[in-house]
Amino acid sequence: MSDLFSKFDPLINERADLLATGVRDPFAIVMQEVKSPTVAVIDGRETILLGTYNYMGMTFDPDVIAAGETALRKFGAGTTGSRVLNGTYQGHKECEDALKDFYGMSHAMVFSTGYQANLGMVSTLAGKGDFIILDADSHASIYDGCYLGNADIVRFKHNSAEDLEKRLRRLPPEVGKLVILEGVYSMLGDIAPLKELVAIAKAQGAMVLVDEAHGMGFFGEHGRGVYEAAGVADDVDFVVGTFSKSVGTVGGFCVSNHPKFEILRLVCRPYTFTASLPPAVVACAATSIRKLMHAGAKRERLWDMSRTLHSGLIARGFRLATDSCESAIVSVLMPDQETTVRMWQAMLELGVYVNMSRPPATPAGVFLLRCSLCAEHSAAQLETVLERFVMAGAAVGLFAEAA
Amino acid sequence: MTNRAQVYARIIELIEPLNPKKLALAEDTSFAGDLEMDSLTVMDLVASMEDEWDIVMPLNMLPDLETIGQVADAVTKLVTK
Ligand SMILES: Cc1ncc(COP(=O)(O)O)c(C=O)c1O
Repeated sequence: MSDLFSKFDPLINERADLLATGVRDPFAIVMQEVKSPTVAVIDGRETILLGTYNYMGMTFDPDVIAAGETALRKFGAGTTGSRVLNGTYQGHKECEDALKDFYGMSHAMVFSTGYQANLGMVSTLAGKGDFIILDADSHASIYDGCYLGNADIVRFKHNSAEDLEKRLRRLPPEVGKLVILEGVYSMLGDIAPLKELVAIAKAQGAMVLVDEAHGMGFFGEHGRGVYEAAGVADDVDFVVGTFSKSVGTVGGFCVSNHPKFEILRLVCRPYTFTASLPPAVVACAATSIRKLMHAGAKRERLWDMSRTLHSGLIARGFRLATDSCESAIVSVLMPDQETTVRMWQAMLELGVYVNMSRPPATPAGVFLLRCSLCAEHSAAQLETVLERFVMAGAAVGLFAEAA
Repeated sequence: MTNRAQVYARIIELIEPLNPKKLALAEDTSFAGDLEMDSLTVMDLVASMEDEWDIVMPLNMLPDLETIGQVADAVTKLVTK
């Protein structure tokens, strides 16, 4: 039968072929129980979680949970309305205040997800006749923001200052320009050379937006992100982020010092035309953000754990996407789709959950087993993980192929 | 002054290394259908055309450019603008 679904047939067939080899579906995992930020029950088996974005382990923080419980009882399960009508509660304001304090900025706007924050900011800031210049490896939410808006879209080569400069120079000097960067790129776990990139963008008269989704909490003096660590805070016009990673709940935001920032609440459609976050979520987020301001010990543990995993995997003969540990994401390069899925499944059966990533989410057609660390991972858990990596690698013949 | 014939000839040269099956290239040869180019290859090709003529071909312009002839028209317009 041919209908609107026919265009998905190549993907349906590719998946059927893969699953016919006997592997399980890597995109259909169910967490039956979640025992802590680092342990869940999958298929009845206790499993170490090494593929979440729970970097700072805030999901079960007692203060965060208590704040959420109180708000749930006091304000109810949901707001049933948009931020600009009946959906802004005291809690949303307190959450935006927490963000302003965390980032030391004068404006903060909370969206319902990070995806919507990018969708909204990117599509609204650059309009018809303006140019968006974005890194080729940008997150899907940034690309979708481009498609939702009317600006002309120019890509530059991933993390290449030279390519960014060349492309900016080709644009007419008088047009509006928005350069979009990310602090940490989540597929390979590499960080952007923001000092160079931001300097070029500013020299060419562009405004700069940095997505710090994977850097919040543990880069820079105040944990604001890679842009803070790079010393370019004064030259970044907008920071976009999410509550779904270090903050440990769900939601998205943009912070800025721009004097006209507040008008965005009325013109940014992904902010206006959707319901606001539930009271419990913004209460959890505000509490978590304030705790992240003083999370020095956790930050150190997270970096310790990340470096241990990175060097441990290299020592055991795995090929990683970055030569040194640049973030809390450690990506193992895999040869092809079938070996990746088999290895991913072997890890799962050995009680370790990692992320499997494949094109088009990954750049340059690479297949990855992506690990992400949590400040709550223990040294013993990491030892187990490294041991299981070796066992799984041997079971799927990874080392034989590499040799 | 660059004219369309020159642009077209140079585009053919730029595509040739990306044409492993040695398909005969013509005005109506399509990138996705005939040449089976994936999005990464298209991006490289666009970058090389941008460098060749020092122009900007925005991403949002690409969906309308399906054939070599259409690309030659678009580049010619950008170059002579
Ligand atoms: C770089 C980047 N930006 C934005 C998002 C979207 O965040 P959220 O999960 O809150 O929609 C993500 C996560 O998926 C991301 O990796």
